Amino acid sequence: MTERIRSAFQGKKAFIPFITCGDPDLETTAAIVRSMAQNGADLIELGIPFSDPTAEGPVIQQANLRALSAGTTTDKIFDLVRDLRKDVTVPMVFMTYANVVFSYGAERFISACAEIGMDGIILPDVPLEEKEEFAPLCRKYGIAMISLIAPTSAGRVATIARQAEGFLYVVSSLGVTGVRSSISTDIPSLIAQVRAASSIPCAIGFGISTPEQASAMARYADGAIVGSAIVRLAAQYGRDAAGPIGEYVSQMARAVHEL
Amino acid sequence: MTSKGRFGIHGGQYIPETLMNAVIELEEAYLHFKDDPAFQRELTDLFNDYAGRPSRLYYAARMTRDLGGAKIYLKREDLNHTGAHKINNVLGQALLAKKMGKTRLIAETGAGQHGVATATAAALMDMECVVFMGEEDTRRQALNVYRMRLLGAQVIPVKTGTATLKDAVSEAMREWTSRISDTHYCLGSVMGPHPFPTIVRDFQAVISREIKAQLMEKEGRLPDAVLACVGGGSNAIGSFYHFIPDASVRLIGCEAAGRGVDTPETAATIATGSLGIFHGMKSYFCQDQYGQIAPVYSISAGLDYPGIGPEHAMLHDTGRAEYVAVTDEEAVNAFEYLSRMEGIIPAIESAHAVAHAMKLAPQMGKDQLMVITISGRGDKDCAAIARYRGEDLSE
Repeated sequence: MTERIRSAFQGKKAFIPFITCGDPDLETTAAIVRSMAQNGADLIELGIPFSDPTAEGPVIQQANLRALSAGTTTDKIFDLVRDLRKDVTVPMVFMTYANVVFSYGAERFISACAEIGMDGIILPDVPLEEKEEFAPLCRKYGIAMISLIAPTSAGRVATIARQAEGFLYVVSSLGVTGVRSSISTDIPSLIAQVRAASSIPCAIGFGISTPEQASAMARYADGAIVGSAIVRLAAQYGRDAAGPIGEYVSQMARAVHEL
Repeated sequence: MTSKGRFGIHGGQYIPETLMNAVIELEEAYLHFKDDPAFQRELTDLFNDYAGRPSRLYYAARMTRDLGGAKIYLKREDLNHTGAHKINNVLGQALLAKKMGKTRLIAETGAGQHGVATATAAALMDMECVVFMGEEDTRRQALNVYRMRLLGAQVIPVKTGTATLKDAVSEAMREWTSRISDTHYCLGSVMGPHPFPTIVRDFQAVISREIKAQLMEKEGRLPDAVLACVGGGSNAIGSFYHFIPDASVRLIGCEAAGRGVDTPETAATIATGSLGIFHGMKSYFCQDQYGQIAPVYSISAGLDYPGIGPEHAMLHDTGRAEYVAVTDEEAVNAFEYLSRMEGIIPAIESAHAVAHAMKLAPQMGKDQLMVITISGRGDKDCAAIARYRGEDLSE
């Protein structure tokens, strides 16, 4: 499974779009994911909604609430992935919160990820200190547990990078997810610290929405992650979002792949 | 790398990487200052001269006679400056933050007591202050919103989720993630990621330290039972802490059952919750089978929280403390009872502990001693209780 993640970064920079599953319903999510895959996404992040997503800005918070009010559950999302994996070969990782995994039963959740064809998992509220609760299970089932580093990770970058699997999620800015007009963090220095410790691919996320930003960020790293800008399209177009999101992904992927 | 701040299986640090160095820095500062005599002296002076400590341990003679059982003492945290136990923790954290060079305090608040206490400490120590409060709670506790603004704090109504305490905590955590270098998150209860549950408990432990000494002076012995209300659980852990090694002392936390533990409109975490991970900690939470946090309810904005501090979760697991659920109706009755019986209007939160005492005291012997912590005063609740009784009171 983690092999497939590596392939996303091979020979090119990766464009990584995110979508909240079940916003506004799972049929739309299926169409969006297929559209992302067809339009150049190299890896797709599937958000499992959580009632209280403390690392998210307003755009993704509201998507989580829309998905939950539509009756989205972890089991229904597993069914969605099973269906997607009939034709979608792009690597996919879940992005959700510790409690979603823990309450399902960590082993039951992670073994299900492997069984349905997921490649990795991102838990933004599980830092290095708590990683051992989930990491051994991820290794057992061949699921990459993606680590994050932040602009405030001084003194921790090397340790995190050495233990990272799949790819390293580099948080571009302080704060929560959401579109930003500019990113002020010294990204090159952060990436240099990672490079000194590990050969793990680095993808930068938080605040990226335009092809110019994606291109600028991917220049420093191995990929760019975009969430809120896509979720905003999902909110705007509802059940018809797959088309507009496909066009957007195509434009963004081109900007990243050109590098 | 090992997990820190565990209470049995509970606790830990389930927070974004962005905040990790902030909590590590806080832990280091706390470990340095907690044993620093100068810091402790400064804090004790603030406790005594500013907050009015030690708070009284008052023998409630009429209530004792009326209930006809245990001899009842009230630990009067309601008499502290700002009207609740919250000031103990806030003075400690604000002083610590100041020593760490922080110039700005942020806080969440439910009933508004912690927000008022934080705004007070910020004014005292010349710090900027921003308080996050659920929009629903700003309506329920309008007077406290005014008090915070009067004290110079900015109050930000939180509209997300259920627009109550849990959403205020989430929003304060988000704010802290975006501004760390000059800002200390002054968490109001024994919850959240390590080191908060330990720091807040240590600052609140003054309550049980005083109870022990005061009761020893008045009665020459330990109490048989200590009762306190539990939301996140800071006044309860403060009331319990120095009695934990004394196995003869029953420790009873009173949770908010709202309209009843068999209804969805409840906030009784121990009675209805299950093990989970939320707001930085592993503990018990009201949640559904998929781990989605439940929209809890209580008449008391301060107990209206879907979780409980990790040390309480451990005390529940080991059986050292008992946790009981008290309904809105029982709490309102107790609110009125204590007002008429002793001339003390308790906070509706504290009234949950009084309500259980009204059930328990008659079952205890006249030679037994009960201490109830009155965590706050009830002025702030008068309009809401009047509404509950069908009377529209304009403030």
